[in-house]
Amino acid sequence: MRKIRLRINGDLYERDVRESKTLLHFLREDVGLTGTKEGCGAGECGACTVFMNGETVNSCLVLAVEADGADLQTIEGETAEDGSLSAVQQAFARHHAVQCGFCTPGMIMTVKDLLQRKPKPTREEVIHGIESNFCRCTGYQQIVEAVLDVTGQLPDSEKEGLKYV
Amino acid sequence: MYETIPADELKTVGRKSPRVDAYEKLTGHAPYVSDMVVSGMLYAAVKQSPHARARIRSIDTSRARELPGVRAVVTGAELDYRVGLYVVDKGILARDEVRHFGEAVAAVAADTLMIAQQAVRLIEVDYELLDPVLHPLKALEKDAPLVHPRLGDYSYMEAAFTPVPGTNIANHTKIRKGDVEKAFAEAEWIIERQYTNPSVQHVPMETHVAIVRWQPNDEVTIWSSAQSPFTLRNLFCTAMKLPHRNVRVIVPYVGGGFGGKAGIGIEPLVAVLSRLSGGRAVKLTASREQEFSLLPCRSQLTYRIKTGVSADGRITGQHMTMYWDSGAYADYAVNVTRASAYSAAGPYEIPNAWVDAYTIYTNKPFGTAYRGFGHVEFHWGIERHMDLVAKVIGMDPVEFRRRNTLKAGCRSLTGELIRENTGSVDKCLDAVCASINYGSLTKQEKERQKRTGMKIGKGVACFHKAPAMPPFTATAVILKMNEDGTVTANLALTDYGQGSYTAIGQIIAERLGFAVEKVKVAFDCDTDREPYDWQTVASKGLILSGNAAILAAEDLLARAYDVASQALRCNQIDLAHDGEKIYVKHHPESAVTFRQMAVGFAYPNGNGIGGPLIGVGRYIAQGLSHLDKATGQGNPALDWTYGAHGMIVEVNEKTGEYNILKVGSAFDVGKVVNPDSVRGQAIGGMMQGLGTAVCEGYIYDEAGHLLNPSFTDNKIPTSVDMPLEIECMVVETAQIDGPYGARGVGEHPMIGVAAALGNCLQQATEAEITHMPMRFEDVWRAIQKREPVDNWITKSPYGSCKSSPQVQGHHPELGC
Ligand code: FES
Ligand code: FES
Repeated sequence: MRKIRLRINGDLYERDVRESKTLLHFLREDVGLTGTKEGCGAGECGACTVFMNGETVNSCLVLAVEADGADLQTIEGETAEDGSLSAVQQAFARHHAVQCGFCTPGMIMTVKDLLQRKPKPTREEVIHGIESNFCRCTGYQQIVEAVLDVTGQLPDSEKEGLKYV
Repeated sequence: MYETIPADELKTVGRKSPRVDAYEKLTGHAPYVSDMVVSGMLYAAVKQSPHARARIRSIDTSRARELPGVRAVVTGAELDYRVGLYVVDKGILARDEVRHFGEAVAAVAADTLMIAQQAVRLIEVDYELLDPVLHPLKALEKDAPLVHPRLGDYSYMEAAFTPVPGTNIANHTKIRKGDVEKAFAEAEWIIERQYTNPSVQHVPMETHVAIVRWQPNDEVTIWSSAQSPFTLRNLFCTAMKLPHRNVRVIVPYVGGGFGGKAGIGIEPLVAVLSRLSGGRAVKLTASREQEFSLLPCRSQLTYRIKTGVSADGRITGQHMTMYWDSGAYADYAVNVTRASAYSAAGPYEIPNAWVDAYTIYTNKPFGTAYRGFGHVEFHWGIERHMDLVAKVIGMDPVEFRRRNTLKAGCRSLTGELIRENTGSVDKCLDAVCASINYGSLTKQEKERQKRTGMKIGKGVACFHKAPAMPPFTATAVILKMNEDGTVTANLALTDYGQGSYTAIGQIIAERLGFAVEKVKVAFDCDTDREPYDWQTVASKGLILSGNAAILAAEDLLARAYDVASQALRCNQIDLAHDGEKIYVKHHPESAVTFRQMAVGFAYPNGNGIGGPLIGVGRYIAQGLSHLDKATGQGNPALDWTYGAHGMIVEVNEKTGEYNILKVGSAFDVGKVVNPDSVRGQAIGGMMQGLGTAVCEGYIYDEAGHLLNPSFTDNKIPTSVDMPLEIECMVVETAQIDGPYGARGVGEHPMIGVAAALGNCLQQATEAEITHMPMRFEDVWRAIQKREPVDNWITKSPYGSCKSSPQVQGHHPELGC
């Protein structure tokens, strides 16, 4: 066991933690922040993506003790104080970029990271930017549209979506 | 329950409406079973077989039991139960013999997951290795080892299935229509081919997980990431010989299912661990690896098709044989077999047809329902076959299809009469042909060919599917008015991402004439609270639960009108309502609000009438029948959803590499309830279909070990695998008995995608690919006219996922 101190979504935590525990399991089991999901536990799916010191990490590949002294942001810190959705979350809602929702927290973290690095990503940049995160439900298209919409770049021709023939 | 309401008079149905579950899911607050902790909860781990087939000589659990923190250890020897959906053939743990790699042989419950896993490692199993039977066609040979020597003793659903004791055949479904031999004798051409595809994994992002508490008084609570809480309860109670009233199944949010969570899975095992732990709750979360080997997959199919064609390009007769590899247990595979048999020809009229569809036991992880329920697999065959036949007879593949599509007046393989309202394959086919500019290359496409040196091919595939379900499938919806005049709906159809609850909410709002914000469809299905629903499968949810929702809304309104007519002292016929109140038509100021009536209306003096307003809607499929076992004739289809995919692909003829430039898909959905949800299903399903078309599949070695149970070795599509352009189109031929004319479309987008890709590749390169997935090396091999290599049971595993296509600019550049 080792004592760690870290900040998560602005709140300070001090906990004793088993050295072998991953940051993902620490967040979900010890802190009770279950918004961050486990899809593989092996760094393959991106469901566990969180921000650590301003950069995204697969929290299943980071040990909790490595996060000692770190500043973390998870999906639970994404909404405003009053619970209202962030711009990215709103765009996801508008575009039905959520189906089962299990990839969503990690996907939103990844999208935020992308937008931090590239405030106006092109379509190709969005596609490559979210490549790290699996979504088995949506086929990604509505997620890509949501990201383009949040930066005001969705072409009008794509806004209607479904075509009636 | 189709109501002839012109589209522009509909206020909610057919319009954009946000998903009812968006906020919970976007904020990480939606509770999934994997997030749940129950007080006193223990954690389970499973000992799995490293062999495909072996006799269990003995299991030594003594060291595991001595480990501090271990609360229960169980082996198959202690569990004399058999579970099964259609054929009751599976133990909770392997007894005496293991039948597939990864099968559960023992399990542990302990204070922590780490202790449970450590205990599992301490369990020693002594196996006597037996020769596995891995290939379904080998399993049919006379001297093949029997996977289930006691098949004849198992109980099974006799109205629908026919196991053949003494063989590895778990079911044989027959369809006989007309005279095939005569048709062949008179045909101009006879073309016979065989098509195959391997097993694949559903890959829900949330793996299977269950928490069970079996109290000492035999009251059991199951929290599970399941699709079908009532079927789970029913199968559980049957296996455990418990009264249904004792067992409560709760399903909160579910992180994807795609059929893999349709029936019963790990729940009985977790339940016995709980009982052995003195009633403490136990949680088992499947690892990603266990998702591939412990839990079921989609069956492998070998499909032989022999087609007779007349001089004018009409199919006159077709002989179809399906060999479904069920793996070690029958589960849903027997019904996949049955449903595939009666749809086997695709959306074409076959006047003379003969189908033999076999479900075959082998020593591999077992097959279950997967989005499309067999139709993805056999449409790979039938729709590749359409193109290959067209090539042989020298006709354009789309023209060949047009001459043979099912139209009003045709009869299906089971003799069902197709009507105008059944839907239109032709309209879908026309739409996708227009979408991809079928038959020629645009100027931009020609330039692109020059620039890239790759060859562009265009192809289509059509499809159809009806829900595979018992003819008497039923459901119910309960609609409760809240004190403020809003309403809450309860139903046991689960929404694991499809958007069903959003659509049901819109249907209820439409029928009540309420704003959609006033309607809540409650998450967390609970068999103690929700009314019955058979299963959330088969794309039947929208029709059956949608109709029940309309009936519930009507029932609630009828009760409210009852109270209002007393309160307002008038005839019900003189009343009308809006979203707030019921009023007298000719004296609109004389009104009573829903809020006033919601939990009982009170007169000024305090006298009360009515009581809480609750509407009940029950619906059962109408007019369907079992199939005759000898001929397969009957009426199995609630509805047929038709559709087509058109695809544009560019191929490097030297290397076999290819990029998918465009997919245009069209579905006859009857009526769109929520356009964004339909599109979400359409694209999500298409991409899932593309995954199985380009790279997914189980690879075994010759001893039956699964070699690729992980995302590293069994890739699924990421965003870079998206086609450059996607177009989703809908046709609306109203379904007479569908809610507002709607029919299901959840599974359909996945069907036919692989064949469309294969057809594009053939059009571009002449490659005649008959095995999916189509990895680059497979395409290369086919272009070289080399024999396809069956490396799905292999000495040397090789083959890889299609690597990221180079996304070369967005579609405006392409100009399509
Ligand atoms: S759970 Fe961390 S990458 Fe999949
Ligand atoms: S919404 Fe289900 S995995 Fe993305």
